Amino acid sequence: MSSHNESILREPLITGKDITYAQVTNDILLPVENKPNKAWWIGFTLASLGALLWVFCVSYTFWVGIGAWGLNKTVGWAWDITDFVWWVGIGHAGTLISAVLLLFRQNWRNSINRSAEAMTIFAVICAATYVVSHMGRPWLAYWIFPLPNQFGSLWVNFNSPLVWDAFAISTYFTVSLVFWYTGLLPDISSVRDRAIGLKRRIYSILSFGWNGSVKTWQRFEIVSLVLAGISTPLVLSVHTIVSMDFATSVIPGWHTTIFPPYFVAGAIFSGFAMVQTLLLVMRKVMNFENYITMFHIESMNKIIMTTGSIVGIAYLTEFFIAWYSGSEYELYAFQNRAAGPYWWAYWTMMTCNVISPQLFWFKKIRRSIPISWVLSIVVNIGMWFERFVIIVTSLHRDYLPSSWAMFYPTWTDVGIFVGSIGVFFTLFLLFLRFLPGIAIAEVKLLLKSASLQQKAKLIAEGHQAPEQVEFFKDSLVKFDSITQEEINELK
Amino acid sequence: MSSTKYILGSFADPDDMMHGIDKLQENNISIYDCFTPMPIHGIEAKLGVKPSRLPIAAFCFGITGLVSGISLLYYTIVYDWPMNIGGKPALAMPDFVPVSFELTILFCALGMVATFFFRNHLFPGRAPRVMDLRATDDRFIIAIDAKENTDYEKINSLLKEAGAVDVLHNERKYVSYE
Repeated sequence: MSSHNESILREPLITGKDITYAQVTNDILLPVENKPNKAWWIGFTLASLGALLWVFCVSYTFWVGIGAWGLNKTVGWAWDITDFVWWVGIGHAGTLISAVLLLFRQNWRNSINRSAEAMTIFAVICAATYVVSHMGRPWLAYWIFPLPNQFGSLWVNFNSPLVWDAFAISTYFTVSLVFWYTGLLPDISSVRDRAIGLKRRIYSILSFGWNGSVKTWQRFEIVSLVLAGISTPLVLSVHTIVSMDFATSVIPGWHTTIFPPYFVAGAIFSGFAMVQTLLLVMRKVMNFENYITMFHIESMNKIIMTTGSIVGIAYLTEFFIAWYSGSEYELYAFQNRAAGPYWWAYWTMMTCNVISPQLFWFKKIRRSIPISWVLSIVVNIGMWFERFVIIVTSLHRDYLPSSWAMFYPTWTDVGIFVGSIGVFFTLFLLFLRFLPGIAIAEVKLLLKSASLQQKAKLIAEGHQAPEQVEFFKDSLVKFDSITQEEINELK
Repeated sequence: MSSTKYILGSFADPDDMMHGIDKLQENNISIYDCFTPMPIHGIEAKLGVKPSRLPIAAFCFGITGLVSGISLLYYTIVYDWPMNIGGKPALAMPDFVPVSFELTILFCALGMVATFFFRNHLFPGRAPRVMDLRATDDRFIIAIDAKENTDYEKINSLLKEAGAVDVLHNERKYVSYE
């Protein structure tokens, strides 16, 4: 049933008055069916300039080799792997939102899953480029996959986490892409059936001939559910395996069993922060305030706070175990992180990741859009520093003090990183221009149960307990898309 | 005989459409299919559509992936070219877990989605077989085969009674062909 009555104690997921199914389609397709506005062009110009910088720096790296980077004999992994792990981490929120929240029946995922999944795919693309370019001979990147022996003398070493990583990242990318695109089919069809001419032809090809019959929807829902079920362990396995790239080595500071859960929490943390960064801008620029409400923003802030706290506990545990284990090398690695030459990176990480998300305990901060936006960026800066601290500070104090060194990035390092952000935003802006940024069908599913107008109707019918109505009205005060008059009208 | 091929009841509300299905079924009028802009829960039971067997397919694909993964690892690093790494056994089962797991997921996902696309004839470039262009926007459509159900007046009035905002008599099955 599309209109079961949901308790008014739950906050509405769609606000606005007299929203019809047609209006949902109109609102969400507005940016797809019309010429982009100035904000989009400014963003797109900046992003594509960044993407050009990326093309230039990666080409330069391919041309002269890894020597273009600031790596040295001691620090053999630095910005490349830092950026890789950062992007993969960001790429975790999309699948988490679409899979885990689907399994837990968190309906608020319906209006944010599409853009978060798109973000996942673009972030994994950015991450994959580092893997390929750090190999030195990128044209032989396929050697990481098991190929028949004629290609070389040996098979790949399946005991190595780096090989696991190749399997994990490529599986993750493929499954996320399939999940995202299958979900897009009904929405692409909505664009198709409203378009004419060449546009209809293009969207027709993209829509795979979707028609929305009973059997199609039935299978679609089963496919979504099973994909969610298998993506949940997948998303956890991916960052677990990424953490094993470090944890299975014997470098002090890396060789810890806490890494898998700690990395997964960190990935969700940074992923949600990036979703928040993008969505807060998107809802404003594209007028999605009725679909991405204050409830969504607050829920995401709560997740950022929770995962941030898990990450904080992990940092403290690491430090404690470094001392408690009695391993002097481990303890030195951690003392060096906090007070060595990279102390500033360590304390930036601590401030951004442990202290700043704790601000979300305050309702005022959690519900403030500008502060949430700034904090989401602070979190992502912190998460970049986390990977930098783990990688560079553990490596730069080599086993022999004569090999101790510092890492200084070159312009190519910086250019590839800044450029990859440009690539990410270019892809994301193109996505918003040509594909529906919100899952239309899934939002329609909520229209007759979890929307404000439906709850207002329930209240108007007069069978709700007065104290529940009061509670509901109080919970609406935080919504920036509901005016005080609208709240007063409810009775 | 009129040239009407399909009668479409166009509803603005999914509950009205469900009501329409009930009305038609009470009067022994068979329903060809329904087209909706979103999944309607409970409609399969009403129309007697059998539960999907895709989860079974997904399970089989997953098992295939698992077996392929383990076989690949066993063949390459135990049978074909075992490597002596610090004297450790070539058959290191814990190291088999990540790759076998990833391949299980990969096979399961791709196999299941491919089966879904195959069974529903979804592929890039397929001409969409759409009976009403608003069925992907804001209309919930009940399609009735006009050759099997000839009492048009009755169908019209039943659909209207159930709350249909429009009843169409289409002479073509699909309106989406150019």
